[in-house]
Amino acid sequence: MNDFAELLDRLAYEPRRNAKLRLLQDYFARTPDPERGYALGAMTDSLSFREAKPALIRALVEARIDPVLFRLSHNYVGDLAETTALIWPGADAPPAEVEERAAGIGHNNPPPHVPSLAEVVETLGTIAKRDLPHHLARWLDALDETGRWALLKLVTGNLRVGVSARLAKTAVGALGGHDADAVEQVWHGLSPPFAGLFAWVEGRAERPETLNPAPFRPPMLSHPIEEEADLEKLEPEAFSAEWKWDGIRVQLVGGRDREGAQVARVYSRTGEDITAAFPDLAEAVTFAGSLDGELLILREDRVQSFNVLQQRLNRKAVTPKLLAEFPAHVRAYDLLAADGEDLRETPFAERRARLEAFVAGLDHARIDVSPLVPFASWADLAAARADPAAVGAGLDADAIEGVMLKRCSSLYLPGRPKGPWWKWKREPHIVDTVMMYAQRGHGKRSSFYSDYTFGVWRAGPEGDELVPVGKCYHGFTDAELAKLDRYVRNHTTKRFGPVREVEYGPDKGLVLEIAFEGVQRSTRHKSGVAMRFPRVSRIRWDKPPLEADRIDVLERILARGEREIAPGRTGEENG
Amino acid sequence: MPLRASDLLTLTPAGLYCPLGGFHVDPTRPVERALITHGHADHARAGHAHVLATPETLRIMAVRYGEDFCGHRQEAALGETIRIGAVSVRFAPAGHVLGSAQIAIERQGVRVVVSGDYKRAADPTCLPFEVVPCDVFITEATFGLPVFRHPDTRGEVRRLLESVRLFPERAHIVGAYALGKAQRVMALLREEGFDRPIHLHGAMEKLTALYKREGVDLGETPRVVAEERKTLAGAVVLCPPSAIQDLWSRKFPDPVTCFASGWMRVRARARQKGVELPLVISDHADWPDLCRTIRETGAGEVWVTHGQEDALVHWCGTEGIRAKPLHLLGYGDDGEAEPHGEGPHGDETAAARSEETA
Repeated sequence: MNDFAELLDRLAYEPRRNAKLRLLQDYFARTPDPERGYALGAMTDSLSFREAKPALIRALVEARIDPVLFRLSHNYVGDLAETTALIWPGADAPPAEVEERAAGIGHNNPPPHVPSLAEVVETLGTIAKRDLPHHLARWLDALDETGRWALLKLVTGNLRVGVSARLAKTAVGALGGHDADAVEQVWHGLSPPFAGLFAWVEGRAERPETLNPAPFRPPMLSHPIEEEADLEKLEPEAFSAEWKWDGIRVQLVGGRDREGAQVARVYSRTGEDITAAFPDLAEAVTFAGSLDGELLILREDRVQSFNVLQQRLNRKAVTPKLLAEFPAHVRAYDLLAADGEDLRETPFAERRARLEAFVAGLDHARIDVSPLVPFASWADLAAARADPAAVGAGLDADAIEGVMLKRCSSLYLPGRPKGPWWKWKREPHIVDTVMMYAQRGHGKRSSFYSDYTFGVWRAGPEGDELVPVGKCYHGFTDAELAKLDRYVRNHTTKRFGPVREVEYGPDKGLVLEIAFEGVQRSTRHKSGVAMRFPRVSRIRWDKPPLEADRIDVLERILARGEREIAPGRTGEENG
Repeated sequence: MPLRASDLLTLTPAGLYCPLGGFHVDPTRPVERALITHGHADHARAGHAHVLATPETLRIMAVRYGEDFCGHRQEAALGETIRIGAVSVRFAPAGHVLGSAQIAIERQGVRVVVSGDYKRAADPTCLPFEVVPCDVFITEATFGLPVFRHPDTRGEVRRLLESVRLFPERAHIVGAYALGKAQRVMALLREEGFDRPIHLHGAMEKLTALYKREGVDLGETPRVVAEERKTLAGAVVLCPPSAIQDLWSRKFPDPVTCFASGWMRVRARARQKGVELPLVISDHADWPDLCRTIRETGAGEVWVTHGQEDALVHWCGTEGIRAKPLHLLGYGDDGEAEPHGEGPHGDETAAARSEETA
């Protein structure tokens, strides 16, 4: 357990993907079964056991530590699991001091048995609720600080360490030169501690037989068309175009397991299994195959804005009311597999024909095909992109982010290959803002002030004032970042830990032109609005802050996006 | 009428003052006569007329402030009783940094001990703390909460070396306070068998050279030359805490940001500083050692100078020991003081300046 905890601890501090991968690989390579398998289970959220409530943990601590000292400590540290881990009178005092203390205040018991992660997981899976406090206390006694922290995060169901399931699988695959895809193929049907999986990747056993009947396939992604000039190098007749919907990219995958039962899965773009959150979609997966598409909310056949979709995504409990008010729908872009046949090696044009026939055959109200956008020249397409409503998108036009260009001959390649697929987004909204705060970035950028909070003008009690409306950390080159960083350092007015307030006002400050995709209502921001995908589009060293935009600009965009169809009966949903 | 502790030591705007001896201890502004516990800048300031301190502390002050840091200096040998006015004083090792001492002030059998900053954990670069039985013990409480239990430093250094093994193409930049912590980290690395050069930021050079002159073996410690930073893949580099976030550290190959400090025990602290490899190595007593030390001195009364006083004062109450916080201002600006905002360590411009001059 202490080893696993040490890994989690390192991962929690490590911002770089490749470094995380190295830490994971190193751990999997040197840790024996079944320990590493349970670790993999913990990181892929495949463990199930009885969780502990914060009140139980508090009670355990207060039986051992003066409650006043515990309260002062908790106030200082902030996090219950961490405070408990730090304050627990465990066996991890430095050995030298244990000897000294043994003489002084009696601390001379033999070291308690340190549980492995395997032991913890297996015990939690079998014990009765009333036995939980006893076991938990025993483990806390035996583990070191990091071990206690990891244990408490694990048993309270809060084990977030910045590692996706996909990354963990990538690390396991890499032990034997397999990619994450290959691991994904055998993943379903395996369960912790995954001994068969490790045996296979290490070449000690055959590939596990339990073929996943509904595997995730890494999606193919596109590169952006930055300006129309980019298009001139491309031949219009070699491409096919379709709308880019403003939802979330998903895969609907169906198949039959060895017993012949239907398996239905909904995966996010990163391979996260989100089936449980979308029972209405899972129900529609009556087929054997894999659809790549966009998850949208449809009301009366009309696509709702991302704002509405987000209201469903943010809910923890999937209630009948939620399902009724936010009916999920998939608009399919591609067919990756059908009836046991992998179609990813066939050209897009052929897959598209198969897709249309496949979805027509399903005849399910929750699944349709994203229509193609007819065009003969780039000028045609530019017109369609500018006004989707006029080219068949009708009332759904507001939910369209732009157009996708797919080379008719393109195979379905995982990742973001350059050339076959392009996304050409609609012109973003633009607003001129004033930089108000800057924060240091992470990883390679940890010494740069690279995250900027910006504001716009609004009427305040004492005249016009700047109100923060968003934060962004990209859209500039490294050279521009160096200049921005210098600007922040030279114009700091206040410091709050890693954050600096910079000069701003009608006649001092820096204007940042921000591009963004939309506006939502927000209770978290003082201004009441939040932008989607804000990024710096230009740094206006030349522009006086007084000429930055007013909040009205955002309010108008918001008003346009709110022309939505209210949900069924109640109409009480407003985010 | 028997002598009271407050006759031996009172609080003045300049800090703790002994009226019967006519001297201050670690005054925060220039005074006529100062007794100094150790060389950290918040305790040892320049400009006093007369300074009494251990020879090492005096030499540290001379390196930091120049030979003319005070009017007249006097060496205090550890264990030697010195008569000043109507009191006698004795310096005893505090285990904090090289030359650090506690100061015992005594008259008519009543003894007050000003411990300065101290620790009980082993440190290859200075003498271990000595328990001095006393009536009133004056303690710091930098880590005065029971969440602060410093782990074995060997484990922390091994974690650093493990990371160096795992990422040989990256430079490990270790933030450490220039006096004491930096040299202790070097010595610990040597104890673990790390025999490659340890590269130093310019601001660490003088004090490290002083430690070497005082007989602390730190091995090869070349100064980082600006143009060579790119070539230091796999190297361990020590710099002042401010420099880990500074422009200076950017030129190293894919740096791993490390920070050696007791504050690293709290994750939010480490994250706030953008630290990727926190090393919990402290030159201050942790909670169990604060409590143990108070018990071992047998003091009936405890005064807490600075740090997290509330919890320690509460604990003393539960032990039947009278305790009061002194709320001393001006301490905790150097060494391992709690970083308020970015404090003096976060000021890149100041750090950049010291980089130029040091």
